[in-house]
Amino acid sequence: MQSKLCECGHSNPYGTSLCQACGKPLDNEVEVLSSMRYEGSARRSQTYKSTIVDRVWNFFSSVKVGVWLIVTILVAAAIGTIFPQEMFIPPNVDPASHYESEYGTLGFIYYLLGFHNLYGSWWFIILLGMLGLSIIIASLDRGIPLYKALKTQRVTRHDQFMKNQRLLSVSHDVEMEEIKYSLETLRYKVREEEGNLFAEKGRFSRWGAYVNHVGLIIFLTGAMLRFFPGMYVDEILWVREGEKASIPGTKSDEGQFYLENNDFILEMYDKNDKKFNSALSSVDGEVAKNYQSNVTLYKTEPAHTIGEEPKLLKVKDGVIRVNEPFKFDSFALYQTDFKLNEFYKMSFKLEEKSTGKFFGDLTVDLHEPETEYDLGNGYRVEILDYYPNFVLNEHNQPATVNNLPDNPAFVFAMYSPSTPKGEKAFVGIQKNIESGDNQFKMSFAGIETKDLTALTVRKDHTLWIIALGGIIFMIGVTQGLYWNYRRIWIKQNEDGIWAAAHTNKNWYGLKKDLEFLSDKTNLTPLEDKEIDSIK
Amino acid sequence: MKKKRLWFRSALLAILVIAVGYTIYNSIFEETGTYISKGDRAPNFVLTDLDGNRVELEDYRGKGVFLNFWGTWCKPCEREMPYMQRQYEAYKEQGVEILAVNVSETNVSVKNFAKRYHLTFPIPMDKQREVTKAYGIGPIPTTILVDKDGKVVERTSESLSEEKIISFMEKIKP
Repeated sequence: MQSKLCECGHSNPYGTSLCQACGKPLDNEVEVLSSMRYEGSARRSQTYKSTIVDRVWNFFSSVKVGVWLIVTILVAAAIGTIFPQEMFIPPNVDPASHYESEYGTLGFIYYLLGFHNLYGSWWFIILLGMLGLSIIIASLDRGIPLYKALKTQRVTRHDQFMKNQRLLSVSHDVEMEEIKYSLETLRYKVREEEGNLFAEKGRFSRWGAYVNHVGLIIFLTGAMLRFFPGMYVDEILWVREGEKASIPGTKSDEGQFYLENNDFILEMYDKNDKKFNSALSSVDGEVAKNYQSNVTLYKTEPAHTIGEEPKLLKVKDGVIRVNEPFKFDSFALYQTDFKLNEFYKMSFKLEEKSTGKFFGDLTVDLHEPETEYDLGNGYRVEILDYYPNFVLNEHNQPATVNNLPDNPAFVFAMYSPSTPKGEKAFVGIQKNIESGDNQFKMSFAGIETKDLTALTVRKDHTLWIIALGGIIFMIGVTQGLYWNYRRIWIKQNEDGIWAAAHTNKNWYGLKKDLEFLSDKTNLTPLEDKEIDSIK
Repeated sequence: MKKKRLWFRSALLAILVIAVGYTIYNSIFEETGTYISKGDRAPNFVLTDLDGNRVELEDYRGKGVFLNFWGTWCKPCEREMPYMQRQYEAYKEQGVEILAVNVSETNVSVKNFAKRYHLTFPIPMDKQREVTKAYGIGPIPTTILVDKDGKVVERTSESLSEEKIISFMEKIKP
């Protein structure tokens, strides 16, 4: 590709519409003012089309393509809110069947297309990747030529360039030194060449768009890194009071972290307290004051095998409250949820129905019932079957919904010296179904409960990258929005002194500067052609 | 000049394609960071089975292991149990073992269930859900096929037909 030589002697890259140095339109059809957005520079992508790489490049260089990518991503993200995301459906259900059974065919399609896990679905990541590519390529293709054009611009501009500016005037008897001085008081940077002047202000605002695109790329990179191993952990951990559980995502060569829930505390505001009385009187029910888990952190030895009884070394104690996470290594544990009073142990007494006499009692651990309880003196009770979350199934048979003891029910066999063959009874909460004429029954004697705490396990090495991207993005936006690039050209011609001015935005501000200039000097006020044409 | 430009453009496109490709790879195969899937080494574990025997995965090196995660309350799990039992008997002599890891249930419930379906394969009891967590098991049943070298060759959460189980057994037969 050959370059284009301007009559001023500057050699411009192929595709340039305004000479980089003097601004002369290099083609008769060039519209000067609208070309000024990118200084009439050659968008490099448009210069040639040869290889596939160039064609791909050109495709992504288009702002139109970029806008369409943004719109597509927005629409996809909006569709992703129609049904709940995968992380919000109940655990232990198969997403494939869940979406169909809950939301019908639409739900099935939703699942099939990956909307149920939008940010993790391959096509959404590809869309974001394409947007990143579009941002990089479009910025390079416009930013670099713009930079070169602004750097090579000369003081003396071609007449045609001047004539086509929106603000223009011709004056006589003007003292150039006075103009220069006035422009400098307005804090313009003034250059002089062969008696001509060029004043500019706020050139850096032209880089705003590119700075904010750099911020976006850093932001997207941070989001991308979340998928890389070791960068990001976001898990849920449920622990019963008094129990230890391994903390998901914290296994390393040095061992596995365990957490013990010593106590879960839920405190409410006291409505009778004078301090809160007036504020709380309008509220129905209780108002929570504090959700807290008292925990102890442990670590296993390095050679810990999963499932094995862990040899735990205490690391430290801690307290977790809402917004006050417990931190260790690069992890943080946040208070997220709780379950109060989960059934833990149930007590029964063996009772002789005719006399009402008791023959010993037993306590059943609902997470691990014994099969046999010996009550002494020839009295014993066996557990034949256990349904932690009892329900009658479609065949009217006892069954369990899941493995949580929310509605425990048992089939007991009761043995006594007088009933050596045993008597069976089905016992649940407010249920007692017997077979035949039993002499004995299991009477309910009490229940123990435990609280559970749910913690979010979080590790995030990407947050600072995302924050940095956000800050740079905002700097770019500020740079481009609150400043603008104003330029004033003064050229000595045969018929007088030409003055032209241009800004990329805020014409009002530029005109204010020009009014000041014509007030202080003999310069003819510049006329706004655009307003003229409206008139 | 032109060549340099082509190189630059190709390199930039390649970097982005690789970065996005790797991200997608991770999003599919490392969902939770603990998700064990095809191609991974099956993490070793130790559990006690229903009969009180110690079961360690590494002891099965040299054999194929049909690793099933299940619960008595899960209907699809229940459906595939008789098929698993039949194929266990058929493939036991050919070096394929079944380990049916029960997810956090009581011995009473599981014993009754095993009796009802005449199950004879080992049922490791994952009381604390440690193995379930380590393998990133979500919905059950989930079946993971481990070959004789301890590598995962398949992972599925569907309820299996008997034909499917036979094809799985053939796949990990040493």
